[in-house]
Amino acid sequence: MDLFWQQLINGLSLGALYALIAVGYTVVYGIVQLINFAHGEIFMVGAFGAFATWVVMGSPKQMSWQAAVFGLLPAMIVGGMIVSVSVALLTERLAYRPLRDAPRLAPLITAIGISVFLQEVVRLFFGTIPGMPDAKRAIPFPTVTGISGRSFQIGTVTVQNSAVFTIAALAVCTVFLWFFVNRTKTGRAMVATSQDPDTARLMGINVDRVIMSAFAVGAALAAIAGVAHGMRYGNIDFRMGFLAGLKAFTAAVLGGIGNINGAVVGGLVLGVVESMATTFIPGQFGSPAWKDVWAFVLLILVLVFRPQGLLGAKVVDRA
Amino acid sequence: MLEVKDMVVAYGRVNAVKGITFTVEKGQVVTLLGTNGAGKSTTLRAISGLLKLVSGSITFEGQRLDGVPAHKIVERGIAQSPEGRRLFRRMSVEDNLKLGAYSRKDPAGVRSDLARVYDLFPVLGERRHEAAGLFSGGEQQMLAIGRAMMSQPKLLMLDEPSMGLSPIMTQTIMRTIRTLQSEGVTILLVEQNASAALSLADRGYVLEVGHIMFSDTGRALLGDDRVKRAYLGAS
Repeated sequence: MDLFWQQLINGLSLGALYALIAVGYTVVYGIVQLINFAHGEIFMVGAFGAFATWVVMGSPKQMSWQAAVFGLLPAMIVGGMIVSVSVALLTERLAYRPLRDAPRLAPLITAIGISVFLQEVVRLFFGTIPGMPDAKRAIPFPTVTGISGRSFQIGTVTVQNSAVFTIAALAVCTVFLWFFVNRTKTGRAMVATSQDPDTARLMGINVDRVIMSAFAVGAALAAIAGVAHGMRYGNIDFRMGFLAGLKAFTAAVLGGIGNINGAVVGGLVLGVVESMATTFIPGQFGSPAWKDVWAFVLLILVLVFRPQGLLGAKVVDRA
Repeated sequence: MLEVKDMVVAYGRVNAVKGITFTVEKGQVVTLLGTNGAGKSTTLRAISGLLKLVSGSITFEGQRLDGVPAHKIVERGIAQSPEGRRLFRRMSVEDNLKLGAYSRKDPAGVRSDLARVYDLFPVLGERRHEAAGLFSGGEQQMLAIGRAMMSQPKLLMLDEPSMGLSPIMTQTIMRTIRTLQSEGVTILLVEQNASAALSLADRGYVLEVGHIMFSDTGRALLGDDRVKRAYLGAS
């Protein structure tokens, strides 16, 4: 039983990481029906942005946990967000917007191209920025005193402090998103645009601006995920967005793509299934090497039996 | 107030509107008549900025409108209730109406206009928190018109407001249009129900496959043999 609780905590924290990234897929898909395969790389550049912020701050190493949690960590998150949001807006403006009226396959292939492009840019050029280390191999992520590598016990269950951070960040972001979507004018404009873009324009909504805010919101959450990833695994590298992005995309589809709550639920479910599978499935099929297999088996099962996703609407109701 | 001159609009390579010219004077109700595919909805969509012009021009209150993005056209004072109503079906009545006022920056004015719409259509007020998709066709049409009114338009364009409605509901909608006109709103009305539209209209234009065939006052068109034969079902 202890093992169950342990794996539940592990799964939820992994799932919270997926969920933070998945929101970006789902928000953009909900509005422009584009699967932004470069979103995993937005998460990656967010992590690198956070790292760069730490370097710019003078690479501080020794500090009290108060200074780390209330000074360094927020600074790294904001720095990561500035980078990820800027990159996301640039890709939208330069790559996706010119293809807005093109057949759907064109932006999709473009997204894959941007994904490779961003990976290569970081791999080849991050080290050429003065003060930054070479990024061809993994880079150790700055230690946030009090969070990185720390854990505490609840009974026999070990909880990483970084897991608490990730889950808390997801909770805060979910509340913020609910408020944004339901209580702000831009949020209502987003929902309207996702339901019927042409009619949204007839209401006086600037659809281009709504699309930009969708990309920006997704990128901001991805940057938080990037920092959480860095603290959880202790290092970052230019490839980190590929599998994380694929998993987060799976989470978004699992929950019902286009549905923000679905992305959160889908992420958590996926994380828990992965960590449970590696513990409770006997023999070699339960080995860590198989965890990605179980994640995608879950995706296939949902697509077969509930193609609209866990929280997706049954029918598309568009007049 | 509104002048459309030699307007050509295309979907892909097919011209749906092939050079039409018409004007709407302030305070008038003007109707565009024609069968399916005549280019009526295309004309309204072009005026709203949803479609680009191939050539020609649109002028509103002395200023060019063609090339202005759709969301700015609402700010200039033109609202449209589109064909098929196109409500935000999963949103509440009130949210739909508030989106109609999206471009406005006077919250007090928006609140009083909200009250006015509920006054005009009491059923909307009674069920203001219900999702728009749950309402009957006639009620949805009221909401679509109410939503367009929320931007305080100088020119209100209505695309097939009587589509799919019972004769009684159609009368209610036509009465509403009359009320709005008496309040000083200029109206451009696209209708299949020619007799209802012409009995309201100061002026009517008859479109066929992207051209304006002829135009006259509403009353004269009601008595016109060509109109009778084609649109009023008389033999």
